[in-house]
Amino acid sequence: MATLDSKIPQGELSKKWSNHKAAIKVVSPANKRKLEIIVVGTGLGGASAAASLAELGYNVKVFCISDSPRRAHSIAAQGGINAAKNYQNDNDSVFRLFYDTIKGGDYRAREANVYRLAEVSNLIIDQCVAQGVPFAREYGGLLDNRSFGGAQVSRTFYARGQTGQQLLLGAYAALNRQIAKGNVKSYPRHEMLNLVVEDGEAKGIITRNLVTGEIERFGAHAVVIASGGYGNVFFLSTNAMNSNGSAAFQCYRKGAWFANPCFTQIHPTCIPVHGDQQSKLTLMSESLRNDGRIWVPKKMEDVKAIRSGAKKPTDIPEEDRDYYLERRYPAFGNLVPRDVASRAAKERCDAGYGVNETGLAVFLDFKTAIERLGKEVIRQRYGNLFQMYEKITDVNPYEQPMQIFPAVHYTMGGIWVDYNLMTTIPGLYAIGEANFSDHGANRLGASALMQGLADGYFVLPYTIGDYLSHKIQTPKTDVNTPAFDEAEKAVKEKIARIFSIQGKRSVDDIHKELGHIMWENVGMARTKESLEKAIKEVQRLRAEFWKDVKVPGTNEEFNQELEKALRLSDFLELGELMARDALNRNESCGGHFRSEYQTAEGEALRDDEHYAYVAVWEYTGENKEPVMHKEELRFEAVHLAQRNYKD
Amino acid sequence: MNLTLKIWRQKNAKAKGAFETYHVENISPDTSFLEMLDILNNNLIHEGKEPVVFDHDCREGICGMCSLHINGHAHGPDSEITTCQLHMRKFNDGDTIVIEPWRSAAFPVIKDLAVDRSAYDKILQAGGFISVNTGGVPDANAIPIPKADADESMDAAACIGCGACAATCKNGSAMLFVAARVSSLAKLPQGRVEGARRAKAMVAKMDELGFGNCTNTGACEAECPKAISIAHIARLNREFLSAKFKD
Repeated sequence: MATLDSKIPQGELSKKWSNHKAAIKVVSPANKRKLEIIVVGTGLGGASAAASLAELGYNVKVFCISDSPRRAHSIAAQGGINAAKNYQNDNDSVFRLFYDTIKGGDYRAREANVYRLAEVSNLIIDQCVAQGVPFAREYGGLLDNRSFGGAQVSRTFYARGQTGQQLLLGAYAALNRQIAKGNVKSYPRHEMLNLVVEDGEAKGIITRNLVTGEIERFGAHAVVIASGGYGNVFFLSTNAMNSNGSAAFQCYRKGAWFANPCFTQIHPTCIPVHGDQQSKLTLMSESLRNDGRIWVPKKMEDVKAIRSGAKKPTDIPEEDRDYYLERRYPAFGNLVPRDVASRAAKERCDAGYGVNETGLAVFLDFKTAIERLGKEVIRQRYGNLFQMYEKITDVNPYEQPMQIFPAVHYTMGGIWVDYNLMTTIPGLYAIGEANFSDHGANRLGASALMQGLADGYFVLPYTIGDYLSHKIQTPKTDVNTPAFDEAEKAVKEKIARIFSIQGKRSVDDIHKELGHIMWENVGMARTKESLEKAIKEVQRLRAEFWKDVKVPGTNEEFNQELEKALRLSDFLELGELMARDALNRNESCGGHFRSEYQTAEGEALRDDEHYAYVAVWEYTGENKEPVMHKEELRFEAVHLAQRNYKD
Repeated sequence: MNLTLKIWRQKNAKAKGAFETYHVENISPDTSFLEMLDILNNNLIHEGKEPVVFDHDCREGICGMCSLHINGHAHGPDSEITTCQLHMRKFNDGDTIVIEPWRSAAFPVIKDLAVDRSAYDKILQAGGFISVNTGGVPDANAIPIPKADADESMDAAACIGCGACAATCKNGSAMLFVAARVSSLAKLPQGRVEGARRAKAMVAKMDELGFGNCTNTGACEAECPKAISIAHIARLNREFLSAKFKD
């Protein structure tokens, strides 16, 4: 029976990590050679972990669903990565980065984990530079920084608008080096479909070879889940098309408890939806908010004129523009955290001021910045983003403001882990977006890259040794055991069941309906009624999936519809879990906004007395209600307060 | 828009492929090219036919997963974009569009429009890295790097590994891909340390994997979605030759 022991070390916050490192066990080089580790996923977390663990001498097997580890969705992160280097002399520090992250997360993250994250952030920048990541530099040759939402210092390192790509290529290069040395065996186009648990410990995984359909077994002494988030529950999101929650969800089914599933980040600056045939939403980096100003017209007649095409946004004089973030939050202005910026956009659009034909868009305008800095400076800073915007919308953002609207972007919730990043199943770890631990109810911009690399390069390689030190006598995992048999059989039966249906609805048809239910009821604003409705609707849709889905072809081939169907079957469970979690949390915090709980000014109203805890869900069986456990959050270093970005 | 599509269908790596003709109707000009294929596939599923397999993922031009030769051009008719960023407004109502997989000996077809690009991974495994382990590295600002060098390194590092260069080259050469990585690291002091070894190892692996030779036609640069310059090939050649002279 799993229990919730967060294993937070004793002592002063700033000493916890060093004390812990001194206390945990290590494995000798000779013994590391005998131990095997499976890593699922090759984004920033997975690739950095696999490379670092292999460098230490462990035998690593790494799995990804793409044709190459380099395709993982970390590659799409644009704006940057935070670190407390204080290179700008603007009074940044480890404590300030820690504090901003806790506050940005609306006091729903674990202090000790966040402090450690801030502590190792500086090492990440050093590591990436040593790998040859071409971060932006000043003319003097030193590293440049920019600002991101939720911070009043410039601590974000960046490589044009392609920071995620460059960091991932660094981790991928380190991984390639270990593959060439034979320390890592790479399995691209392989999808994890089940976790194998034996004697209460994680012993391996069952995968499907996406090209041949072959179902295979892989054993190890420990399994690391680095499979990212589950934002694609909403169908339309900024996630890649193949991003999914299935690996994490299989772990949940096998006994890994799932934390804060309802904490979803809605990113304020995405290109608005254009029609019902759209497949995904494109993010415009938060870094644009350094120089772009967000506004809608003050007058309803101007809104109507813009929608009808009678006026262009450039025709609206300054005094008739409502720069609503600058108006409502003078201290942070356009650089408020994402949840605040998203809700403010929704508030204006709900009031009828949306600027496109659907009424669901606001302007992001570079006019002031271009006047101040010149077009060339703006091109240097954001050129690739402006080009991307123009290719998609056919509008030139140097001349007309961009139109943006919030979209699902990131999931703060994930598999529950202790301070060692171990789940409630011994030997099973979760890192990066797949776990829940560092971002609370809202993640700050440029912190996802930081967390993925912190976990993979500098935390897991230490903490996993503490568990593996007890496994040095354990021989190579035998994959011909009843536990592996049972796990493989379950996968094969599920696939056979999907093919046996041959109903009338395609996977995408059902997925779009799920996305609609989730966006309307479990999206930017949630109520008791909407959540109860969502639970019923998702249950109905799930039943419909298992009665009426149509998947062509066979298992024994490259079958993308089967891949999608398997992922959707898990999204149909996750959607319900998210709604249940949101229904339980009778407060508003960060990205979780319950309309019933708001201040007179429309800000999120937390209830620290009753909800300063992590909601951790235990799976109890198919179509059974999960059981919730609480990890109480204790704040020793920060004082709980309502977030204030006004002054 | 109503369109006629001639699409390469091939059951698996061993099967013989052929073009099949399809029609799609009422496509909005604001639809992306891959969304148009999504619509086709959804129609095919409802008609009880097998959908067309094609690789794609991020749909914002950065993962390098999407490919496709469209009317003879890698990533279609528009410049400096990937297929996922291509929108139907670049076509006309009534057009016939020919869609093929990458055609390159080093990228065998797996099914329909999806190819095996693992050769690119193998080239990078041969030397496309700086040999540092995690930890124990100097402070990030310990080595100042001229802005121009960092910018040029970034220009080359923008490569997304999509394979358009080799698929476009009449010789099937991967020189632009290899040059982008070699050049990106060669412009940085950290990368200079093992520059010679890297250039030799990556070129040798490229040759071993069956990619052709570069004859400087520049076709790769023209089709590269990230506009990587063939000037990087010149740098690779310099790196390679000076490494050979030292042998």
